[in-house]
Amino acid sequence: MDFSIFQQYGPALLKGFANTILCWALGTVLGMALGLVIALIQRYAPRPVRWIVQAYIEIIRGTPFLVQLFVLYYGGPLIGLRLDALPAGLLGLTIYGSPYFAEIFRSGFRAVPHGQIEAARAIGMTEMTIVRRILLPLGLVSALPALINFSIILTKETVILSIITVPELMYQVNRMSTETFRYLEANLVLALFFWVLVETISRVGRRLETRITKHLIERT
Amino acid sequence: MQASSVEIRKVNKFYGPFHALKDVDLNILPGKVTCLIGPSGSGKSTLLRCVNFLEEYDSGEVRIDGQLIGYDAPGKKMSGRKLREMRRSIGMVFQQFNLWPHMTALENVAEGLIRVRGLPKAEAQERASAALTKVGLADKMQNHPSRLSGGQQQRVAIARAIAMEPRLMLFDEPTSALDPELVGEVLNVMKTLASEGMTMVVVTHEMGFAAHVADQVAFMEKGELVGCDTPSRILHQPDDPRIQSFLRTYHERNSF
Ligand SMILES: Nc1ncnc2c1ncn2[C@@H]1O[C@H](COP(=O)(O)OP(=O)(O)O)[C@@H](O)[C@H]1O
Ligand SMILES: [Mg+2]
Repeated sequence: MDFSIFQQYGPALLKGFANTILCWALGTVLGMALGLVIALIQRYAPRPVRWIVQAYIEIIRGTPFLVQLFVLYYGGPLIGLRLDALPAGLLGLTIYGSPYFAEIFRSGFRAVPHGQIEAARAIGMTEMTIVRRILLPLGLVSALPALINFSIILTKETVILSIITVPELMYQVNRMSTETFRYLEANLVLALFFWVLVETISRVGRRLETRITKHLIERT
Repeated sequence: MQASSVEIRKVNKFYGPFHALKDVDLNILPGKVTCLIGPSGSGKSTLLRCVNFLEEYDSGEVRIDGQLIGYDAPGKKMSGRKLREMRRSIGMVFQQFNLWPHMTALENVAEGLIRVRGLPKAEAQERASAALTKVGLADKMQNHPSRLSGGQQQRVAIARAIAMEPRLMLFDEPTSALDPELVGEVLNVMKTLASEGMTMVVVTHEMGFAAHVADQVAFMEKGELVGCDTPSRILHQPDDPRIQSFLRTYHERNSF
């Protein structure tokens, strides 16, 4: 093995890694936000609206991410949606993650004991206030482990963005491999970068969990 | 404090084909304590929850101080705003406490004052701390529910209800989830409330409380209100064989 080539390709790989982090972070945050909206619609909207949203969920969950990206990036211009690779990738990640996040929020909400919501109704709280003050905080807490878990899964979906030429880490690694034939070294570096990213996320996630659930755990 | 009256007239409730309340009539006078007793599954909770319309009754009337709750007219639902307005003056205490676990005791009690009554935070906390002091929890205000015993949690729940200055209090088996040694502290708080002239409807299996505190005791079985009378008439000289058999079972279970 020969790692000297990293003198030449190091900066490009680092920039690729930065783009990977950017795509992951924004895609996760936006996907969560969209998922949350979907989960609230599923819980409160009238039936026809729920059906439409359900159809969206089935379509997105039933198709591979790669196909969604192709449709968005190469099919988009046909309906006037002309996006650069990076924004297209971000939008794609957001859409791809949203139904999974929605499902996670939905079961998070269902874990909130109904009695605690009734207690709020009994003192005359509006449904909006109940969502804001009771359902969301408690639902988010029970959803947290699954949210973190799916965010970690999403880190690895970012490599697919290289196929529509988003200049993220996989893209840079591919370029380096084809130019130097150092496939092994390049992919080892890729693995290392991902390990660092995933490890960091799960550590931060675990801390967040202990902090947030500190008061919620019954002392026995 | 002004105490409410409740009139329940020919109330029926169905869960699908299941007839859960059958033509229930009950009169609750202002400032009086009514205990609802009866076997499990007889419809006590359902009836209690119809009083603040957490459960929708299908026919009949429930009136609080003469005002119909839940409906503007038979078959025509009341607006959410009007219903919330009426619920403000009805406190409810649940078997499972139902405190909000992400808030301290003080925050649990202040929440309704801030979000429903619209009080400024400082004033809400002042009133909340007064309510908690009243139930004997002045030193536990900063605890989260997970750091309180069951009896303490239920007292916080009572404080949460009385801080809203209700004119009527509903209790659904408030001591049934408690270890026996913690039942007394909750019943004592309830006795104090009763002595202050609060109208109270209490679903309970605590026959001692019913005998000593209630002004009237109502017995339910299979969705029917079988009888309602003074505690001594219901608990000591019941005419109805269904009440007699319920009390016999109760005494057998509690003797050793
Ligand atoms: N949401 C519900 N759906 C169907 N049946 C119910 C529901 N709630 C209560 N019931 C039934 O109604 C009857 C009365 O219940 P409940 O009022 O809780 O009785 P109690 O409080 O006297 O034990 C029971 O047979 C119960 O199974
Ligand atoms: Mg019950």
